Amino acid sequence: MTDASLVVTDLRVEFSGFVAVGGVSFDAHPGEVRFLIGPNGAGKTTCIDAITGLSKGTGSARLGEKELLGKQVHKIVRLGVGRTFQTASVFDELTVLQNLDIAAGRHRSPISLLRARRGVDPSIEQALEETGLSGELATQAGILSHGQKQWLEIAMLLVQDAKVLLLDEPVAGMSHDERTATGELLQRIAAKRIVLVVEHDMDFMRRFATRVTVLHQGKVLSQGSVAEVQADPKVQEVYLGTAGAATTAAMSVVPEPVAATKNRTED
Amino acid sequence: MTKSKSWLSLSGIGVFAVLLLAVAPLMLTDHWLNNLGKYCCWAIAAVGIGLAWGRGGMLVMGQGVFFALGAYSMAMHLTLETAGDRIPGFMVLYDPLAPLPMFWEPFRSATFTLLAIVLLPVIVAGILGYALFKRRVKGAYFAILTQALAVALAVLISSTIRETGGDTGLSDFKYFFGFVLNDPANKAMVYFIAAALLIVCLLAVWQLYRSRFGELLVATRDAEERVRFLGYDPANVKLVAFIVSALMASIGGALFVPIVGIITPAEIGAAASILMIAGVAFGGRASLFGPALGAMAVGWGQSSLGSTWPEGWTYILGLLFIVVVLFLPNGLSSLPARLAAARRKPDVQPTPVIVAAELEEVRS
Repeated sequence: MTDASLVVTDLRVEFSGFVAVGGVSFDAHPGEVRFLIGPNGAGKTTCIDAITGLSKGTGSARLGEKELLGKQVHKIVRLGVGRTFQTASVFDELTVLQNLDIAAGRHRSPISLLRARRGVDPSIEQALEETGLSGELATQAGILSHGQKQWLEIAMLLVQDAKVLLLDEPVAGMSHDERTATGELLQRIAAKRIVLVVEHDMDFMRRFATRVTVLHQGKVLSQGSVAEVQADPKVQEVYLGTAGAATTAAMSVVPEPVAATKNRTED
Repeated sequence: MTKSKSWLSLSGIGVFAVLLLAVAPLMLTDHWLNNLGKYCCWAIAAVGIGLAWGRGGMLVMGQGVFFALGAYSMAMHLTLETAGDRIPGFMVLYDPLAPLPMFWEPFRSATFTLLAIVLLPVIVAGILGYALFKRRVKGAYFAILTQALAVALAVLISSTIRETGGDTGLSDFKYFFGFVLNDPANKAMVYFIAAALLIVCLLAVWQLYRSRFGELLVATRDAEERVRFLGYDPANVKLVAFIVSALMASIGGALFVPIVGIITPAEIGAAASILMIAGVAFGGRASLFGPALGAMAVGWGQSSLGSTWPEGWTYILGLLFIVVVLFLPNGLSSLPARLAAARRKPDVQPTPVIVAAELEEVRS
């Protein structure tokens, strides 16, 4: 699909004086499942917000040759950057098919919008199969399970033909089996796309991450493979409070009840 | 909307058309047929409100503005047609020597008048909507702003007596594009035009609701941010719905004039605009027929109860409104579905999803 990489350089985001992200640099390439982790308030979601135009950021975020920062939200999307939110946000009153049809529709002419839909787009069928939602075509999105809603969101990104998928806590609230299914799905779709995942779930991260960036208080704390990051004493200090306990097993659960309810409309 | 339901709605429009165009003229006296024509005018505006508010989530509290654009365009033309070569009577009353105001002159032309009825609301709603939606004005702010415009326009008309007839309005039209308005046959013709246009508006909205645009509009209503993140500009989606609803209000206003025979600022101001909304809420804003039938019901209540028991009617209307909002937030048209749901699962209450979405919008 694309060889272009997402390269973020010296990204800074301030909210009236408070530095939420203070000079973060990282990159993500097609073919890897890239993770962005860190404790609460580390600036993970803010990074995504800045890349997608929801928050104002300085520095640079480039997709291939194209600069993303400073563009309007919907124009960034049209360059191929798609995202999900911490709380699944699908169109509850519409069916799964209608949700996906809208996601697939940004290339349509205004006139074709005035006609009713006939049949199902091939790209939609493919995405349904990929995410295992084929049986839910006519289901109202509002009554899907939490996990299915997250998959529907990923399916929407697929039909929208996003080159970059920015996923904000895609497995929050999911059962163990659903997490595994999601992780495998991400690995599949990452083959041709850039996948960047913001997560708290260390177990999920360890199982599916190719490369990890750890953020702490708006700065990059550590970067590398899962093993490298876990061996980093700075990371252990942030997550455990003491540098002594080197058992990475303790990292497996980082409870963060606030995250799920954090507001997502920050404009 | 599923396919079968969509075709069911279409046959519903067919039945409605037969009732309005064939049954009603046979059954009703001239007086009531004329009244029904008046309700049709409100219903046309209401269909537009259903589109903008029910499907688009924009609480258009000032549709009186667009109603006025159509009504006054038509009224100026009919006044000039009645006056012939002379200056309209009410103007002479205030200043016998002054010439006809500049902006009246083009309304001598029937073509210009018809174009104005269509283009004025499109232009005004286009500019207004563009400015508001691009700046992401929504929820209560949007509602108050549109309402204020209706008040402002009514005050402007009231205070320009010589140019617009002021509070007395424009009335005593003798001709309608060459037809003598006193003739019952011509009156019936005007009724047929209004009823036919109501059917046309319903058909237009039917197509919009089943189209991809209709789905996109509902999506924008429920999660505007999400639509933005799918690469659409929600402002454009809302703008289209707003313009179409303005156009319908203008058409309703234009036909109101020959049917009722008078247009005054009271018909287009804050109270009138809210009454249009009340009918839509009463019938069910998100449904196809709800807005039109609700508006007609409120119109009928106003001319029957409103004339025999005017002091009680306001309270009845208020009470009805409260009851509907409390117990049937999606209007009377949601009653059959709710009864069916209650029969199937007696202990599960269907959640008023739209209301939740709207509260969300008002809060943000």
